[in-house]
Amino acid sequence: MQSQRKTHVSTTVNGEPREFLCEPHQVLSDVLRNTLNLTGTKEGCNTGDCGACSVLLDGTLVCSCLVLAAEVEGKGVVTVEGIGEEGKLHPIQQKLLEHAGLQCGICTPGIVIASRALLEKNPDPSETEVRYWLAGNLCRCTGYDKIIRAVLDAGAVMRGQ
Amino acid sequence: MNMNVKTEFKYVGTRPIRPDGPDKVTGRARYGADLNVQGMIYGHIVRSPHAHAKIKSIDFSAACKLPGVLATMSADDLPEPGDRKIPGGEVEMALKTFSPVVMARKKVLYHGQAVAAVAATSPELAAEAARLVKVEYEVLPHIMDMHAAARADAPLLHDDVYTQGVDPAPTTPSNIPTQIEISTGDISKGFAEADLVVERTYFVPMCHQGYIEPHACVVQTDENGKVDIWCSTQGAFMVRTLTAAVTGIDIGRFKVTASEIGGGFGGKTTVYLEPVAVVLSLKSGRPVKMVMSRDDVFRATGPAAAAETRVKIGVTRDGRITAIETDILMDCGAYTSHPIMAGVLFNSACYRCENVRSFGREVLTNKPRVYAYRAPGIPQPVVAVECVVNEIAERLNMDPIDFRLLNAVDEGDVMAIGIPFQAIGLKQVLQEAKAHPHYTAELKAGQGRGVAVAFWINAGMQSSATINVSEDGSVNILTGNPDIGGSRASMALMAAEVLGIPVETIRPSVVDTDSVGFCDVTGGSRTTLATGGAVIKAAETLVKELRKRAAAIWSLDIEEVDWTGGMAVAKSGTGLENMNREDAATRGDKTLTLADLAARAGATGGPLCAVASHNAHNAAPSFALNICDAQVDRETGKVDILRYTCVQDAGKAIHPAYVEGQMQGGAVQGIGWALNEEYIFNEQGRLDNPGFLDYRIPVASDLPMIDTVIVEVPNPLHPYGVRGVGEVPIAPPMPAVVTAVNRAAGTRLCHLPLSPPKLLAAIEAAEAGTA
Ligand code: FES
Ligand code: FES
Repeated sequence: MQSQRKTHVSTTVNGEPREFLCEPHQVLSDVLRNTLNLTGTKEGCNTGDCGACSVLLDGTLVCSCLVLAAEVEGKGVVTVEGIGEEGKLHPIQQKLLEHAGLQCGICTPGIVIASRALLEKNPDPSETEVRYWLAGNLCRCTGYDKIIRAVLDAGAVMRGQ
Repeated sequence: MNMNVKTEFKYVGTRPIRPDGPDKVTGRARYGADLNVQGMIYGHIVRSPHAHAKIKSIDFSAACKLPGVLATMSADDLPEPGDRKIPGGEVEMALKTFSPVVMARKKVLYHGQAVAAVAATSPELAAEAARLVKVEYEVLPHIMDMHAAARADAPLLHDDVYTQGVDPAPTTPSNIPTQIEISTGDISKGFAEADLVVERTYFVPMCHQGYIEPHACVVQTDENGKVDIWCSTQGAFMVRTLTAAVTGIDIGRFKVTASEIGGGFGGKTTVYLEPVAVVLSLKSGRPVKMVMSRDDVFRATGPAAAAETRVKIGVTRDGRITAIETDILMDCGAYTSHPIMAGVLFNSACYRCENVRSFGREVLTNKPRVYAYRAPGIPQPVVAVECVVNEIAERLNMDPIDFRLLNAVDEGDVMAIGIPFQAIGLKQVLQEAKAHPHYTAELKAGQGRGVAVAFWINAGMQSSATINVSEDGSVNILTGNPDIGGSRASMALMAAEVLGIPVETIRPSVVDTDSVGFCDVTGGSRTTLATGGAVIKAAETLVKELRKRAAAIWSLDIEEVDWTGGMAVAKSGTGLENMNREDAATRGDKTLTLADLAARAGATGGPLCAVASHNAHNAAPSFALNICDAQVDRETGKVDILRYTCVQDAGKAIHPAYVEGQMQGGAVQGIGWALNEEYIFNEQGRLDNPGFLDYRIPVASDLPMIDTVIVEVPNPLHPYGVRGVGEVPIAPPMPAVVTAVNRAAGTRLCHLPLSPPKLLAAIEAAEAGTA
């Protein structure tokens, strides 16, 4: 069952160099949460269907439950813990709070990451574009309304409007 | 017992950022699976591969040979439930209806039921060991269809279930645990008086609450035998009660800490993993972590009941309802749980009608035991009642809201169960909806509009709260209700209102069962009303104490000291009610702020704290209305929800943004239930869609914005007029959506969900003129 040798991985997480040992079958969300103690990344399904585990891998939005941990060798991972600065929230985080865009909050880290990836690519998305971009991030509590408003509003703030 | 209901507020009704919010947007907040402790091992459940079977033997020997396997367990490690009853929040529960859901005893009654568990040093090893546990079954015929299960000659799930509610009591067991009927007036006379009678039968499938966070817990035991449970739950005290009952361990040995909770909607009002982890931890002497997979969550937790409802409504030509008859058959899965009660009692509670007969039966089938899902038991029959009401209004050529206004209950009307309504907001909700621009917006060809209203009773129950003042005058509020949707913010707002201090200076926390008095679960729409009631009470006690301390400092009588604007003020004969801090200071009145009094607490009698214990008997019903516009693609059967509006009476919205959130979230859950969500079982009685790919909940691109209108008709029994808001939002969406879709498509589908293939077939049938 368990392999004899673990894989050694050197990577960058939220701008900091990190090294870890993992089993060949271990997925990134597991290592982030249980080896590196970055439990901000959530797991709602482990099958790529809910988006709670969203992270950025070299700037690309991925489900970390579908990425093998060994694959991040030499790459850069950004998790929710890496969004915003100490004492200053990122506009997406701030707007989610102001719009009450979270109830239970379990989907929120994934929404923060996915929205950041969106606004980086498309600083002025339409409501429909936000809805389609976030279609892979399930939220069972809010009905999405306040999340969508928060993301649109954060886009405006980031554009300096 | 009307009391003075406050209507002018300084803090209540504002929208501050929730105190737990920053930790949730930065990933700091810790949920069930986010705790890892030293020495921890991992539990894994062995689940039944059969929908119905006898457990002949369980052999752990191969599993135990694996190095790193440290404990095993089965129902043999738990006490026999016998006929023990456990006091619950609203109703007492028979232990034998939930202990076997934690761990099956002698028999399995649904695919995926827990039969054994193992604990090992890694999750992979525990899973491997679970595969090596040999369970010998004698497979029995399973019954998935509730009509078949209800028949007298059906194979029995339990040999000790006798239908309750039948007189005389039956002498032979059946698969129908409960039958209930209520009636008022004379139903045949009511139908005889009617000019139009419409009768239809609607089916609503079993669905899941669909919270994104799977169940998870960590159990640790200490050297004194104390058992520490960390888990994702709607009620830490409930976990304590139920885990003690299932394991047979004294309640006094448990401390339960509720993690942040990633959604519940009623589905986390019970225990699944916790008693198992307790036994594994005690047997291994190690902390045990257990986390469900999404597959486990779908197969073995929740779901909400399926139901078939026949409804027959009679009306006069001028639109007065003369008779309402409902007959509900509700599929409750393998163990009795009574969602039928609310379904029978309240399905037509929105309407004034002299002749009502409501009848319902619960049926047991080889499916997971159902649990609460927002207003449990109500959405299923309400679909039938509201769709028929819409059909009647159409046939009478009346506006559906006018028709409802004509028949709506109001203060003084008596419900079919004999309880009179106090002040209620149904008429205001209907009027607001009628005045909303959405209601009169034009529809294009191929589009349809539906409206529906619903009632929910709301719960009260028991809560406690503690308020502690720090030396600097900042305030901590402790309660025991897990915060699912912003309740800490509401607690802080209510305390700020009483104490007259800025809401930001108040720190509300949800604490463990050792640190605050008992609280019933976060459920029944009760937290803002009941736990909020406890917070208000504790804050009032604290204010009295603060006045007493100030009076002592000034050598005055307490009656000569008032508390206003967050400080004690010595009455000086001026009009106190008009006073604020600046006035008092400029006039030179004596004042002491909360910080002043906190600094001098030691000298005036010791730390400033207050405790309240509260049994809320002041719950009041809520009404909600939805307007839905839908469009149907006649080529594919796909439905687009074009516009959606929710109107709801909240009594008083303490934090309006989170009231809107409940309305929007409930509406979208209902939209999902109407259009997509259903449990699909195969021939073997296995769930065929136990994942979010095949059990499709609404995603962002499926939906428009969800507009909200909060109506505030204060609950006359609550100091701030609160009613409770969390549950009723799920009742109106299904009939609003079904009506809109049927109108858009020119169909009359009564079998939910209105999934594309079903809708397409109905459209084709309608076009061929066969429908
Ligand atoms: S946990 Fe990765 S998509 Fe759900
Ligand atoms: S806030 Fe609960 S799942 Fe999104």
